[in-house]
Amino acid sequence: MSTMIKMVRALTAAAAIAVAAPAFAAGDGPHIERQQWSFAGPFGTFERGQLQRGFKVYQEVCAACHGLRQVAFRNLAEEGGPSFSEEQAKVIAAEYTVVDGPNDEGDMYDRPAILADKFPSPFPNEQAARASNGGAYPPDFSLLAKARAAHRGFPWFVFDAFTQYQEQGPDYIYALLTGYEEDPEGVEVPVGQYYNHSFLAGQFIGMAPPLSDELVEYTDDTPMTTEQYARDVSAFMMWAAEPHLEARKKMGFRVMIFLIVFAGLLYFTKKHLWRNVEH
Amino acid sequence: MAGHSNYVPQSAAAKWLESRLPVISLVRGSFVDFPTPKNLNYWWTFGGILAIMLMAQIITGIVLVMHYTPSTGAAFDSVEHIMRDVNFGWMLRYLHTNGASMFFIAVYIHIFRGLYYGSYKAPREISWILGVIIFLIMMGTAFMGYVLPWGQMSFWGATVITNLFSAIPLVGEAIRTWLWGGFAVDNPTLNRFFSLHYLLPFMILGVVILHVWAFHTTGNNNPTGVQPKSKKDTLPFHPYYTIKDLFAIVVFLIFFSWFAFYVPNYMGHPDNYIEANPLVTPAHIVPEWYFLPFYAILRAVPDKLGGVLAMFGAIAILFVLPWLDTSKVRSGSYRPLFKQFFWIFAANAVALGYLGAMPAEGVYVILSQICTVYYFAHFLLILPLLGFMEKPLPLPASISEAVLKGGSGSPAGAVAAPDTK
Amino acid sequence: MRAFRHRLNRFREDATLAHSDTAEPTRRDFLYIATGAMGAVGAGALAWPFIDQMNPDASALALASIEVDVSAVEEGQSITVKWRGKPVFIRYRTETEINEATSVPIGDLPDQLARNSNLPDGAEATDANRAAEGMEQWLVQVGICTHLGCVPLGSSGDFGGWFCPCHGSHYDTAGRIRKGPAPENLLIPPFEFVSDTTIKIG
Repeated sequence: MSTMIKMVRALTAAAAIAVAAPAFAAGDGPHIERQQWSFAGPFGTFERGQLQRGFKVYQEVCAACHGLRQVAFRNLAEEGGPSFSEEQAKVIAAEYTVVDGPNDEGDMYDRPAILADKFPSPFPNEQAARASNGGAYPPDFSLLAKARAAHRGFPWFVFDAFTQYQEQGPDYIYALLTGYEEDPEGVEVPVGQYYNHSFLAGQFIGMAPPLSDELVEYTDDTPMTTEQYARDVSAFMMWAAEPHLEARKKMGFRVMIFLIVFAGLLYFTKKHLWRNVEH
Repeated sequence: MAGHSNYVPQSAAAKWLESRLPVISLVRGSFVDFPTPKNLNYWWTFGGILAIMLMAQIITGIVLVMHYTPSTGAAFDSVEHIMRDVNFGWMLRYLHTNGASMFFIAVYIHIFRGLYYGSYKAPREISWILGVIIFLIMMGTAFMGYVLPWGQMSFWGATVITNLFSAIPLVGEAIRTWLWGGFAVDNPTLNRFFSLHYLLPFMILGVVILHVWAFHTTGNNNPTGVQPKSKKDTLPFHPYYTIKDLFAIVVFLIFFSWFAFYVPNYMGHPDNYIEANPLVTPAHIVPEWYFLPFYAILRAVPDKLGGVLAMFGAIAILFVLPWLDTSKVRSGSYRPLFKQFFWIFAANAVALGYLGAMPAEGVYVILSQICTVYYFAHFLLILPLLGFMEKPLPLPASISEAVLKGGSGSPAGAVAAPDTK
Repeated sequence: MRAFRHRLNRFREDATLAHSDTAEPTRRDFLYIATGAMGAVGAGALAWPFIDQMNPDASALALASIEVDVSAVEEGQSITVKWRGKPVFIRYRTETEINEATSVPIGDLPDQLARNSNLPDGAEATDANRAAEGMEQWLVQVGICTHLGCVPLGSSGDFGGWFCPCHGSHYDTAGRIRKGPAPENLLIPPFEFVSDTTIKIG
């Protein structure tokens, strides 16, 4: 054991020396503020109301340009999600039109969506999307919360493994949605673009500020502010990207408890079996 | 292997089987009665951990294939189908992706253990060389597996790595086209990578059997590097090492589960959640973390062919390591100078890994070059010279003596006292 | 796993030894039993996801119902639609076919149960129990022979119903098995007429 401890110590020291030199370099790009999320940490769960509000924001504001093609209407009623009732999910689905077919005449036809359908995308393809949005491509929302992250850099990325910081996506989305500001002095913002100090791919973004206070009607007493909308839709997008997040963390807890107890038992069994051996 | 068993079949059925296929005595000789040095420390448990990880990867992989579709049009969505719809699909996939990283963590520890304790030295050269072959096949398997989800990093990783082969003079271009099955990474490439990704783990399994066979023929190395002299120096593998390995495996699984269940995307790259797009390269493309040291070496050389040669050379040099280390003493525990150089080498490897993740510009390039030169110098200059210049500490007469005098592998017990037993 | 099995064997040996030495279980016994049991529980729990992943997934379960427009089907005609990956026969029967089916005494049938998912399990295989409720000209059944899963041919066989070419099972005009190796009548899936011309299956 003592050798092992010694080697661990030496390894840590070696690693520290190795990375100490170029340590300060990382972290260019926008600074993304870390937010509090109900789904963070080992026992995190989504807040149903927040997901439902976030979905409302998505539906009323974002859905005109951004698809959600990996998500099915049935998911809205599944456990661990916004927990709409099956009836509510059916009503939501029926508001969308999907293409089905071919029918007996060989033609494709439109019909209202059912629970088994996935969200239809607002544009048939990327070219059409770009053509309608001044050359910018509004990305699909299904996985965006996992597909975006600000660069963390040393030593933060090491800590992230232990603090379980996995909410970089929603943090970034929130920062982006609240990151619009008046064009700063001396900065030439290209036509059709907007200044956003959180945008990862530069300061200018093709998306006009999508949110404003009082834009979406909340029926409960949740404040109807840009910040709240941004927070809610970010949470919704995290769920859309990782619908089994709650099941995963729950399962993780069980697995951990099992393995720790099992390891403890094995340790004592091992100790007992080795009791007469000089080693 | 079977020779280590004094197994005599008792029942009629066992006798019948044993006289036709001596599989019981083979297994007993290899994993039950096999005499194992009694002073193996926990660094030796990583062999068992790796065996479990290989099985875990094969089993989760076989199951994932039941739901995956290898086609450029369907691969990305089929992975999302696994993540969203398949029962426990999210878990199987996260176990498989994180399992690859865990596999490499374990294999790097295993390799560095071999480097520290001189496990590559005579008579275990074959076992070491087979290990390097396993490492190479593992890299190929992991690389092709990363292509399968068909995200942006999959596509551009595949593009960059296959382009390495175009550096070969004369036939390079032809080889690249042959690898692709077209004029860019595309559907034929994805399909062949899928096929090979399924095949290679079974080849690893085969080489692993040879690897174990080889060091069961020579006997395990141990922290003192001194060959067992008598029965007092060894223990039967079972139950002593089965239980010790099992304990270490479960502790390792705790570490694995932390990642698979709580930070499953920590080892991955966000861009791989964007479907592959042959028209747009992501701003920063980096390989998976376990390739970063070699990627740093590749980029350190400002010449296409030179970089490729340096990168492959960094692995190839491991094949001849047994003949580059001139020291008569096996274990680093008894080599005061080597020990220090070992840790510098380890730090250098970590530094290369860090540099591999940084953009190839400015100070990073120079640092990569220094580290690359040091990497090769360690094998080509330091190890050959150390053998002549270093004065090793006196070796214990036997494992038992080392154990009685102090902690295993500790030179403290090595003072001259040849006959305690 | 192998290591675990060895442990278990070892544990058994130790347990027998311990019992021959002392009458009472020792602390060591308890430790070994606890460790072994824990390992067994873990192995069992681990096996389940690998088994369950082969069950129908969420997207397959969601596609469990379809709606079929039967307005174009004339008397004496049938159509075949796909439901859950299987053929479903929808037949608009003639008066003759119905008379033929109703004239058979239940006692003569090899399978006297209706096999109708819309009725209780014990329902008798009368023609009324086989046909669509209130629209007895319509017969809706899964087109899978109950023998070994082939698709029977329509309007053929000794009883004017269906005939399975694979192993020679004859079904009558109500889809009931009459002759051959098939053990059961053709299965009637859960369905309902949502309008006069639309059937919802599933």
